[in-house]
Amino acid sequence: MAAGVATWLPFARAAAVGWLPLAKKTMPKPPVDNSSRSDEILYVNVSGVRFQTWKNTLDRYPDTLLGSSEKEFFYNEDTQEYFFDRDPEMFRHILNFYRTGKLHYPRHECIQAFDEELAFYGIVPEIIGDCCMEEYRDRKKENQERLAEDTEANEATDAPLPPHSTSRERLWRAFENPHTSTMALVFYYVTGFFIAVSVIANVVETVPCRPPKGRVKDLPCGEKYQLAFFCMDTACVLIFTFEYLMRLFAAPSRCKFMRSVMSVIDVVAIMPYYIGLVMPENEDVSGAFVTLRVFRVFRIFKFSRHSQGLRILGYTLKSCASELGFLLFSLTMAIIIFATVMFYAEKGTKGSTFTSIPASFWYTIVTMTTLGYGDMVPNTIAGKIFGSICSLSGVLVIALPVPVIVSNFSRIYHQNQRADKMRAQQKVRLARIRMAKKGTTNAFLQYKEDRALGDPDSDNTALCVKNRSAFEHQHHHLLHCLEKTTNHEFTDEMTYSELCMTESVGFRTSRSTSLSSQQGVQNNSTGCCPRRARRRAAMRLANSTVSVSRGSVQELDTLHIKTTSIASQNRSSLNAQASDLKLNCGEPDFTAAIISIPTPPANSPDESLPSSPAPIPGILRNTRARAFTHETVKISSL
Amino acid sequence: MGAVVGTLTMQTKQRRPSTDKADDDLEMTMVCHRPEGLDQLEAQTNFSKRELQVLYRGFKNECPSGVVNEDTFKQIYSQFFPHGGERSVLFVCVCVCVCAPSTCALINMVFLPADASTYAHYLFNAFDSAHTGSIKFEDFVTALSILLRGSVQEKLQWTFNLYDINRDGYINKEEMTDIVRAIYDMMGKYTYPVLKTDAPKQHVDAFFQKMDKNRDGVVTLDEFILSCQEDENIMRSLQLFENVI
Repeated sequence: MAAGVATWLPFARAAAVGWLPLAKKTMPKPPVDNSSRSDEILYVNVSGVRFQTWKNTLDRYPDTLLGSSEKEFFYNEDTQEYFFDRDPEMFRHILNFYRTGKLHYPRHECIQAFDEELAFYGIVPEIIGDCCMEEYRDRKKENQERLAEDTEANEATDAPLPPHSTSRERLWRAFENPHTSTMALVFYYVTGFFIAVSVIANVVETVPCRPPKGRVKDLPCGEKYQLAFFCMDTACVLIFTFEYLMRLFAAPSRCKFMRSVMSVIDVVAIMPYYIGLVMPENEDVSGAFVTLRVFRVFRIFKFSRHSQGLRILGYTLKSCASELGFLLFSLTMAIIIFATVMFYAEKGTKGSTFTSIPASFWYTIVTMTTLGYGDMVPNTIAGKIFGSICSLSGVLVIALPVPVIVSNFSRIYHQNQRADKMRAQQKVRLARIRMAKKGTTNAFLQYKEDRALGDPDSDNTALCVKNRSAFEHQHHHLLHCLEKTTNHEFTDEMTYSELCMTESVGFRTSRSTSLSSQQGVQNNSTGCCPRRARRRAAMRLANSTVSVSRGSVQELDTLHIKTTSIASQNRSSLNAQASDLKLNCGEPDFTAAIISIPTPPANSPDESLPSSPAPIPGILRNTRARAFTHETVKISSL
Repeated sequence: MGAVVGTLTMQTKQRRPSTDKADDDLEMTMVCHRPEGLDQLEAQTNFSKRELQVLYRGFKNECPSGVVNEDTFKQIYSQFFPHGGERSVLFVCVCVCVCAPSTCALINMVFLPADASTYAHYLFNAFDSAHTGSIKFEDFVTALSILLRGSVQEKLQWTFNLYDINRDGYINKEEMTDIVRAIYDMMGKYTYPVLKTDAPKQHVDAFFQKMDKNRDGVVTLDEFILSCQEDENIMRSLQLFENVI
């Protein structure tokens, strides 16, 4: 509703007096209006910046926050004003909307921030005035594309494999993202190599080689070493066919895959060979056969899977289809016009090369693109004049759509660059975020340590306690409650890794002990971190003190003794959850702690084992796997 | 070569096209009217100072230049009436109600979109008493004062002026037909019962007979006022619009 309507309604109603003498029926009663007519000034305080406006101004749009009774929620009785804890810069624009009826989009603001403000104040973005609507839409679309791109990129490359994917899904993933596994990478490079070999073979095949004995003329290498080239070709085609069939098998949607550009290129690359095999060596069809061989050069397009630049180029050309079409059309028009003119201008001359209009097409094209081969040259003066006009106009016609194509290419190219940069920076960003998170956990661990150490000594605890803010207190209390709930404790990464290592070590040493029940546990747990354990064992065992490992082994032995006394159902749960163990141990950054070996719940940790400083690994306990997925929480210690 | 020229032109394309400044300046200096002082207006009209302030604020907001020209006026007035599918606010007190059971062609109704511009034109002329082609705030407020706070005589006189399109002091049948047709135009296509083509004519016939006392084919001011005062409905209705502001 335009502001004008609200303002002018009283006038329109007054003008209705003009209808009265002509009215056939009596007028209905006017609506009763109890609201006070007098206008008042409202004070709106947005983060300290005070705005004042008439109540009527805000009432113009009753379906927004400021125009409805919703603003009463923000009314501050003490200061008799409406307080909003939002951006005052943005509020200016919002208030201007009420005043003028037009919402403007400030160009220097972030589009998302603006959208959020609008959502808060209950204003629909569609009413942005025409002056700013285009800019707003462009920015919004760009932003959305960017975000979609980023999430897509994240999902595509860094997403870990879902645990229960079929071999088919894994195969497809390997094909689409060769960097995920070494096998895929190897295959990727092998196919790339064979594409190169095939293309080079095609090229070299036509180079003239020294003729064999008994012949005078130079022979192309293809005919001289026919068998060799044939073998090479066969090998390449076999690889390509195999690859294509594998892709076809692995594709989630076969129809969609078969329609995609890359698959068409694949088919076109291998078809000529098979057709050549099938076709007889007949002179009649050999002409067609030769044509087919030309299609072999399409194998070079297979490189676009390997090169991103090629894909960008292809994408650019596709997105500039309309400009290219226009270019083609205008060129065609110009060619026909000039060819006709040149033909008629040169018609009279003897021995003129402009034999027909189609023949003049060649001259026109060569001239317009400023090539100027010189095989066809006008001799008459009129011909020369028109020829020069032709060449000048050629420059113009070609220059017109080129900037559009160039700017499109530049935009797409930069987008791609940005995507690559984002991916590279993402790892750094994530690492930094992880470190920050670790900081909080470390603070908690430190607090626990101090508390544990300082229990007998009341002064120390008082000091520790004083140095923490209320927020930290409450946060730590929360974590503490969680510990008590699950009967496990938080620990840090080092402890966890050492525990993992010594666990495998401990399990290996315990193999000698004839605890049959251990077998299942062992196998699963060595599966847990064989790589990691071996690596760390290689690094650590050399350095770490024997006593430490022995100590931990002893602790683990006590643990093992305990496990045997536990009912079989615990063992099964152990086996079941050990797979989780495997998954998480293998992760290099320990985002979750899922160690599960059943323990007697009766034993509290502090009593059963001698307390030791944090780095020494301790007993593993039951954990609820899902609870810790978002924190850098490790297995319990102490 | 063409490509080189193309890329060069792309560089120059970035520059914004320079606007013609002269025209803008001219436009800004052309119309900017300020009303007389508040005290004067208060003396001339029946509004209080506060009411004048409120009115002026709304007026100035819509027309920062201080005057309303006919197109703007038509646009504003059209917002209140159904306009062939566009958004608008339906004026609550639409008074005309047709009950003619004749079977005329509906085709005319199809080609008659709701059009408030004709009536707005007449209204504009009624407001623009000085015939300057634009309504200033004084005109606006004066007319409103009459319509909302004036005496019955004044109101009826104003209405007579509205109907008297050519300002000759008489309303003839054509003028009244024009006005009535303009009013019916505002109704638009979608009415119940369906509007017939001769509805305005019948309407005029009925009322003109009533008003033209001496049957001379024109209605003078006195005849008009007299016939209106005789009609109780009209007298009662005139009181309805007093609390609009």
